[in-house]
Amino acid sequence: MRRPIPYVVVALAAACATTRAPAPASAQGASPAPSPPSAALRGAPETTSVMRPQFPSTYERHPYPPVLITNATIMTASGQEIPHGSILLREGRIVAVGATVPAPRDAISVDGTGRYVTPGIIDPHSHLGVYAAPGTDAEADGNELTNPVTAEVWAEHSFWPQDPQIALAIAGGVTTIEALPGSGNLIGGRSAILKLIPARTVEAMKFPGAHYGLKMACGENPKRVYGSKGQFPSTRMGNMSGYRSAFIQAEAYRRTWDKWNADHKGEPPERNLRLESLAEVLRGNMYVQMHCYRADEMAEMLDLGREFGFHIRAFHHAVEAYKIADLLVQAGTAAVVWADWYGFKEEAMDGIPQNAALLEHAGARVTLHSDDPGGIQHLNQEAAKAMYDGRQAGIPVTRDQALRWLTANPAWVLGLDSVVGTLEPGKMADVVVWSGDPFSVYSRALQVYNDGWLVYDRNDPAHQPRSDFELGQEPLPGSDR
Amino acid sequence: MIAVLLAQTIAITGGTVFPVSGPKLEHATVLIRDGRIAAVGTDVAVPADATRIDATGQWITPGLIDGGTSLGLTEIGAVRGTNDAGVSNDTVAAAFNVAEGINPASTLIPITRIAGITTALALPENGLIRGQAVLIDLDGPTLEAMLVKSPVAVMAELSEQTMAAGGGSRAGAAARLRRVLDDALEYSRRRADWARAQIHPLAASAADLAALGPVVRGEVPLIIVANRRSDLATALRIGAEYHLKLILAGAAEAWQMADAIARANVPVLVEPLDNIPSYDGLGVRHENAALLAKAGVRVALLETDTHNARNLRQQAGNAVANGMAWEQALRAVTLAPAEIFGVADRYGSLTPGKVADVVVWSGDPFEFSTAVEHVYIRGREIPLTSRQTELLERYRKLPPTY
Repeated sequence: MRRPIPYVVVALAAACATTRAPAPASAQGASPAPSPPSAALRGAPETTSVMRPQFPSTYERHPYPPVLITNATIMTASGQEIPHGSILLREGRIVAVGATVPAPRDAISVDGTGRYVTPGIIDPHSHLGVYAAPGTDAEADGNELTNPVTAEVWAEHSFWPQDPQIALAIAGGVTTIEALPGSGNLIGGRSAILKLIPARTVEAMKFPGAHYGLKMACGENPKRVYGSKGQFPSTRMGNMSGYRSAFIQAEAYRRTWDKWNADHKGEPPERNLRLESLAEVLRGNMYVQMHCYRADEMAEMLDLGREFGFHIRAFHHAVEAYKIADLLVQAGTAAVVWADWYGFKEEAMDGIPQNAALLEHAGARVTLHSDDPGGIQHLNQEAAKAMYDGRQAGIPVTRDQALRWLTANPAWVLGLDSVVGTLEPGKMADVVVWSGDPFSVYSRALQVYNDGWLVYDRNDPAHQPRSDFELGQEPLPGSDR
Repeated sequence: MIAVLLAQTIAITGGTVFPVSGPKLEHATVLIRDGRIAAVGTDVAVPADATRIDATGQWITPGLIDGGTSLGLTEIGAVRGTNDAGVSNDTVAAAFNVAEGINPASTLIPITRIAGITTALALPENGLIRGQAVLIDLDGPTLEAMLVKSPVAVMAELSEQTMAAGGGSRAGAAARLRRVLDDALEYSRRRADWARAQIHPLAASAADLAALGPVVRGEVPLIIVANRRSDLATALRIGAEYHLKLILAGAAEAWQMADAIARANVPVLVEPLDNIPSYDGLGVRHENAALLAKAGVRVALLETDTHNARNLRQQAGNAVANGMAWEQALRAVTLAPAEIFGVADRYGSLTPGKVADVVVWSGDPFEFSTAVEHVYIRGREIPLTSRQTELLERYRKLPPTY
């Protein structure tokens, strides 16, 4: 009964339409079976590794009966808050949302009286699985600190699906994450966009059709990591030359491959994993997700993108984004921020709790993130703080805007905004039922649906996933662990 | 200047008052005079010279107390020269009192107090015996002006962090702690012998053993940071053996032995949002604080991120969401820490005679929608400004004017 979901095909087709490169697709592969060579390749003398699927997603929707949630406050993240509303989920899709939704006979009915319903939360910056609990050196797999440019590494190859933190995040209403390499390198590697579900393999979690991200980092971290070893880079100007040198190489690599892809003359060029990732950025297929704190550095990174012709999808952490909200609006670059973190290092000193509100007010695209296995469990609370801190300072922020910080906006950051992030018919049924207003400290996620599957139910131990790691430990009755 | 401030009389009228020491009072008045709470009640006569603050519809509580910070001892986490909470290379540092490391000019202090946290424990870091913690009010130009109590406690740790101090084993660390406590007793009994060098070699320096004298006499508490149930049990054992005034902190798996902790009458300092499992506490869970309180343990709630000590409110709200009674949670950030830190005669409740650390909130202090309306520390109204509010004002409209 399981079937690959249809957006897979759509997303792949789109990817093929925008690039003729057969090389590492921008989209996280989709079909469990190897894809047939594309038309452009049919004349190739022999297949090479570059033409074969590279760690394709094996994600499949878990079958679950249709669900009708009734009489709840439905927060759509698309402009509406429907009191006493209903929402129908069927076969992984949102079918209907509104004040009244006809009840199909085969649907499980969930009484939403007093409850709130939101889209599933998307954390665009997580290190779950790559810095897994219990936090030993054996599981510290997030930073390949052996070279300042490691565009060749992929976060998914570090990801541990049995990380017990995954279930904790699910219980906090999170349905999708971007798992990123750390920020010790100038270019840290590829991210993995994952459906947050219990699974045996990372491939089974890979969000079909999502755009890979390329993690880059500016500022203190890379220069500290390498400078302290007496290596390059040890300054911010060193950092910048490091990015530029890498992209100069990538330009040449891209030209060579694009030419061969067009004419197939002679032997295919030799693959270079590092340059493959960077070339995909230059082709616009892979999104740059850039760790950056200081306003002046973000402005410089925008210039770096202009020099090489790539767009920075989002600045992550971006504690000073409020100082350059206008520049971010112009550039169409999102700010992925915390509600209130600051001060743990010098470049984080100017973080203020009104960062998100000021950015929203200026018209920038704002997204919250956790970067933390604790914070990911209460991103709704972080949004509440950021919204109310803004309002109390006289910066108007609507509840819908604050909800979009957790849903629709991070969906855009990951290139998934046509698939998830709002409660609209046709969207993937990633849905959270909250005990009360999600912006109250006292509310908890009661049910979490991922692609229509009840992956977590606070009141039903049969729907409280536990990792292998946790087996054999003290029973935790009535706990969210 | 100080005299003028102290002479001030302030009447906060019309609000809902949560004295913590007793039931809440509707439409009540809190009268502050000379830095102290002069009266609390529904029939308080407001003197003619009093500054009146209309708090109708607002909630009034004691200032919140965070027992888990290094406030004053850190400015920027990654800048070594701004961090004074710990002495490294000294696993037994009982004589190390953090007080003179406190920087009253720290920008973290205004950031924290305008969120309604008025008092904080400044904790030492690192080591089997880390040093002495002190309690400070978050206002004042000098250490003396801020200090509430010094020392509040000596702090020790029995966890994976301190195994090395025992040669690489938890059992070794516990044994070493016992040797030091034994020698603290020995030193206090035979000081003259020590001075004449007529005593066996002692397990720590004379200064450290002298600092532990009040601990082994049961006068000054020993805070033991421990998380794994076996470590918590060791801490209880040592507390009983030496008749210590013991306080447990961290205490990830304390809920698993809540009854034993209650029977031992040992208070616990807990961070409610702590639930990430490690081998030092695989059983850590959000319900820890609630389960301890239910078993009758005296609990104080912490926010241990010094920069965001303001999130103590969020921690308390989450304790409630995970099963703690709201009144218990309010107590756990006011009167309970005051009692645990030995200052309940002056702090922790809105009681006549106590120090006027008072916060006026627009509503429930644990809710995100609630704003801080007024903060009083020792009777002084605190301007609701900080480095962060100045940054906000500078960049509210772009481009900024410098």
